[in-house]
Amino acid sequence: MSNSPLKAKHQRLVLILLAFAALIGATLLAIYGLRNQASYFYVPADIAADPPAPGQAIRLGGMVEEGSLTTAADGVTVTFVVQDGEGRVPVTFTGILPDLFVEGSGVVAEGSMDASGTFVATNLLAKHDENYMPRELEDMSREQAREKVAETTE
Amino acid sequence: MHAYANPARFLKLARWLTPALLWSGLLLTAGAMIYGLAFAPAERLQGETVRILFIHVPSVWLGMAGWTTIALASLAELVWRHPLAALAARGAAMPGAAFTFLGLATGSIWGRPAWGTWWVWDGRLTSFLVLLFLFLGYIALAQAVAREGGSSRVPAIFGLVGAVNIPIIHFSVLWWNSLHQPPSITTGGSAMSGEFLSGLLVAVLGFSLLFGAVVLMRMRALLAETQAEARLRRRAMQAGGQGELADA
Repeated sequence: MSNSPLKAKHQRLVLILLAFAALIGATLLAIYGLRNQASYFYVPADIAADPPAPGQAIRLGGMVEEGSLTTAADGVTVTFVVQDGEGRVPVTFTGILPDLFVEGSGVVAEGSMDASGTFVATNLLAKHDENYMPRELEDMSREQAREKVAETTE
Repeated sequence: MHAYANPARFLKLARWLTPALLWSGLLLTAGAMIYGLAFAPAERLQGETVRILFIHVPSVWLGMAGWTTIALASLAELVWRHPLAALAARGAAMPGAAFTFLGLATGSIWGRPAWGTWWVWDGRLTSFLVLLFLFLGYIALAQAVAREGGSSRVPAIFGLVGAVNIPIIHFSVLWWNSLHQPPSITTGGSAMSGEFLSGLLVAVLGFSLLFGAVVLMRMRALLAETQAEARLRRRAMQAGGQGELADA
């Protein structure tokens, strides 16, 4: 061995770091390429910017707008509006609602757009957010509860 | 680190550290489980199902920490040729895989009532399933290398390459729209009320201590195995003299 052990050690470290940097770079490129395809659902703003063809199977995700939920005369068909602060999409769904489906909460709807611009959902998934609050805070508004959480966790 | 390159010195440390980690881990885990099942409040929207949080979150944390251990040990193996690094990586693989499986199973059970589905192919769930497959691949590779007598650098390279998946798992919920919610606990604070957070932190600590104890146990078992093999080989050499060895 002409190299001292320390030098060999450094050579290995540099080689591994370079290989790892190349690997990270390749992964980031792949993730950048996948940025649209890897999303599990579209938000209303995406639908407004680039409307999908009617009948094409997509997933729509967002918040159920407060006060928009209505039940039709047959009792099993509901209509509501999914919004993300930028866009609004009316949705109709026939079937049993998930337990966590309430106005103001997150939802992911599977289905397709019809010709009139209404999203016809075949399946609903409830999407909960990152906030965890005990039941006793139920009566508070979202902002009050968030403050309470901030107080107790500081 | 190289102070513990000597297995005898490592064993001296591991002999008292293993039971210390095991018992403190068992105590904290049992406390957190009892608190989570009996005393934690029901959640505002999810109700009682929120209690699975106290197993799910520590499990997925240790799945990711398990692979991070493999990656760091692999780096020590490749760069510094630390004699215990390969053992540490092999020791972390089995408990890491077990916790990854537990995280997937509890997540699926939780997903049914919370989301309305057992499984979806979103970014977080898919990347975490990939982690389980990486663990299984690593275990098979490391075992084959140990049995067939190949270079331990081969699984070390695999351990480093697989580490790419760890940031993908973490950022999957931020980069892509996913059904899984973004992290509740970040460096900026917690979106989790104190009743849940305190119990969860104890559970994470308890599970982690248990994980450490299992890794040390497995490292000691692997060391004992190599020593026993070396002794058998020596004995066979003595019995067979200089001549050819009978097939042992």
